[in-house]
Amino acid sequence: MGNKQTVFTHEQLEEYQDNPFRQRIAQVFSQDGDGHMTLENFLDMFSVMSEMAPRDLKAYYAFKIYDFNNDDYICAWDLEQTVTRLTRGELSAEEVTLVCEKVLDEADSDHDGRLSLEDFQNMILRAPDFLSTFHIRI
Amino acid sequence: MTLCIAMSTSVASSVSTGESLSEEEMAQILEQVEEKKKLIATMRNKPWPMAKKLRELREAQAFVEKYEGALGKGKGKHLYAYRMLMTKLRVLSVSFQKWIKFKRDFDNFKTQCIPWEMKIKDIESHFGSSVASYFIFLRWMYGVNLVLFALIFGLVIIPEVLMGMPYGSIPRKTVPRAEEEKAMDFAVLWDFEGYIKYSALFYGYYNNQRTIGWLRYRLPMAYFMVGVSVFGYSLMIVIRSMASNTQGSTGEGESDNFTFSFKMFTSWDYLIGNSETADNKYVSITTSFKESIVDEQESNKEENIHLTRFLRVLANFLILCCLCGSGYLIYFVVKRSQEFSKMQNVSWYERNEVEIVMSLLGMFCPPLFETIAALENYHPRTGLKWQLGRIFALFLGNLYTFLLALMDDVHLKLSNEEKIKNITHWTLFNYYNSSGGNESVPRPPPHPADVPRGSCWETAVGIEFMRLTVSDMLVTYLTILVGDFLRACFVRFMNHCWCWDLEAGFPSYAEFDISGNVLGLIFNQGMIWMGSFYAPGLVGINVLRLLTSMYFQCWAVMSSNVPHERVFKASRSNNFYMGLLLLVLFLSLLPVAYTVMSLPPSFDCGPFSGKNRMYDVLHETIENDFPKFLGKIFAFLANPGLIIPAILLMFLAIYYLNSVSKSLSRANAQLRKKIQALREVEKNHKSIKGRAIITNSEDTLKNSSKNATQLQLTKEEPTSYSPSQIQTMDKKVKGPGSSSTNGRASQPTSRHLVGSQPPRVRPDSGQPQSQTYICRSASGKSTKRPHN
Repeated sequence: MGNKQTVFTHEQLEEYQDNPFRQRIAQVFSQDGDGHMTLENFLDMFSVMSEMAPRDLKAYYAFKIYDFNNDDYICAWDLEQTVTRLTRGELSAEEVTLVCEKVLDEADSDHDGRLSLEDFQNMILRAPDFLSTFHIRI
Repeated sequence: MTLCIAMSTSVASSVSTGESLSEEEMAQILEQVEEKKKLIATMRNKPWPMAKKLRELREAQAFVEKYEGALGKGKGKHLYAYRMLMTKLRVLSVSFQKWIKFKRDFDNFKTQCIPWEMKIKDIESHFGSSVASYFIFLRWMYGVNLVLFALIFGLVIIPEVLMGMPYGSIPRKTVPRAEEEKAMDFAVLWDFEGYIKYSALFYGYYNNQRTIGWLRYRLPMAYFMVGVSVFGYSLMIVIRSMASNTQGSTGEGESDNFTFSFKMFTSWDYLIGNSETADNKYVSITTSFKESIVDEQESNKEENIHLTRFLRVLANFLILCCLCGSGYLIYFVVKRSQEFSKMQNVSWYERNEVEIVMSLLGMFCPPLFETIAALENYHPRTGLKWQLGRIFALFLGNLYTFLLALMDDVHLKLSNEEKIKNITHWTLFNYYNSSGGNESVPRPPPHPADVPRGSCWETAVGIEFMRLTVSDMLVTYLTILVGDFLRACFVRFMNHCWCWDLEAGFPSYAEFDISGNVLGLIFNQGMIWMGSFYAPGLVGINVLRLLTSMYFQCWAVMSSNVPHERVFKASRSNNFYMGLLLLVLFLSLLPVAYTVMSLPPSFDCGPFSGKNRMYDVLHETIENDFPKFLGKIFAFLANPGLIIPAILLMFLAIYYLNSVSKSLSRANAQLRKKIQALREVEKNHKSIKGRAIITNSEDTLKNSSKNATQLQLTKEEPTSYSPSQIQTMDKKVKGPGSSSTNGRASQPTSRHLVGSQPPRVRPDSGQPQSQTYICRSASGKSTKRPHN
């Protein structure tokens, strides 16, 4: 059900590309953090995202991807960004806040209001399908 | 490859140099070499760019190569090098890659073979997992019916059609003369009379010859055994499904801790490259978040216990009243219909009163139950279960009336049998004697269509079930078409010219009725189980029905329904549906078992005609076809003196296993609580110590370094490694001090380096045994793992 629009604005077109984290991936793997990758960066990216990469390595890079402001911590703002991108803005503001609070509740073990790499790794290594979803096949 | 050759040459060269190093220096070199080896083994784990990794790897390998020889390890080295070489070759070899690829393709293929997977995923992403669980249940049911159909078709219908006598050869296989002219009419065929009644679809067609065809296929025996195995297989598969569901759900406790985190960080599938799939994924992620939010809100709700309890008791009381009322109404109407059938002039209403009353009850009671259930304020999942239970109780009334009517019919037919038997006998007698006994050639037997026929009660029962299944299917489809599709069309198109907003107000779009559909499916399956003994073709009809139902309902859901307002996650164990199915299976086994055991089969139709009871075929087969001693064994086993103790023993075994399983699950729960408590303690420790360490990092590290020799594995700047560091033991001790203050990013990797250490790199004899490694030294809590 639902009416499909036939004319897209520029922002909507942006949204309709597939991966919500594509810009972050480019930024994380690029040489100088601005999204431009050399061949070696490109190879690095595929090496990390391949299925033979070890778990810890993937966890490390996943952390960097989800850390939007590059401050080595996933703070509440980063979480909000992640949720909004994942749901393409379908959740209301209070639902987004609830989700972020719950995530911090669950994973933040030193109670400083943000996730450090250790917290993140602690949590992600228990996830059953992390390896299968954080995976790009050529 | 070059590494191992180089290493072997270095070993050879070491023999010549001999023991030129002192004890202490050797120890240091050994430590360094081991570190380098660990680095090589865990190079893949390091989060460095590729160029850096390659550089480090070459340096480490050169170092190991150079100094390994100096230590003269000997044979162990060769083996280790050989193994490394082999693993490398294995990983790189083309055939191994091909094998991995083949396995992956085969797994993909297997997943693609699952029918309707994409449809169900589509529905799941739009409507949530509880609606999708209905379709998964439908698909499972379709699989079970396929197997049953294969059993019946292959072992009963095909042999009879291929090897049995053809249509028209004997009385039971021919349409009687009286019905012949109308036998091809569509109206008659639709009622399953006419040519369809005298076909392999029904019990009455089968001949009672002991063996048929050149294969000497024992058809009556096969018919009986297939009937038994239909129930046996269904029972086995339902129980197996229940057991595997319970096994799957014991691992649930683990992931409960991180529901939201997992949803946030691991739900996006990076492999998606198709925009439609991506759309589906977005929708499903949103739905999944909403489900978890609902769960969270439910658990946070504040409850006034007393008010809730009172409301719940009140609601249950009201619903109990409704159920009793409907039960009495059905009983009353059935009694009336029995009186009506004795009268002569019955109007259309009086003839169909029972069906009308039952349909009305089925239409109005479920919404009534739902309205009353709003008082109870349960979690939607629990509310659904209660609703299912109540509608189930209502449908049992339906079942009761149907069976009652059927049994009356059967008894009536049986009582007529004696009469018909006499008539047949005398007709044949007269036919053979009518032309006088003077002719030398006996008259040919009468045409099969002319022989008077007994009313075959088994076929009548089979026809009833067939009619019920077909009419049920039609009613369901009609309801969906009118109630969902036409309603959606009406709301959509009339909204422009209507006074109030149709979409938000009264009719609006329908929500998918999970409980009604699930119960319909379960009860239909019960009908199939009851009827398949008397109408072998019924399972085939059901397979067709489930197939069309799948496509039709998938289309209807996607086009005319809206998601529920509160999307809730289906309980992971589908055991509730399976439990209902099991109950219905037992209920449907009872009538069949009763009729097989206690009613005599018709004298002129079906594979058991002429016998006293249907199960006599077993006795006959054992006597005639099996060797003598087996017959004695079976007779011995059937002795009640043996069976009753066996049943007692089974009861005892059930009781014992039940108590064992209870105690195991209690132990499980206690262990889980212990793990939780340990985790809490760990968390608290870490948060306290973490703050302490950051302020007193220097002091605590100086203290800990005074203990036994400790190796710190990580360096923030590994390029500082050089052979010259062997002499600087102090620098290493100070190393932890410098690296711990450089952010905590490196510490966890050190822990994992330790964790992934291959055990083959061991300190040799003559090494100080106090080799300990600090895990997470930044937290100060040095969990020392003694290395062997």
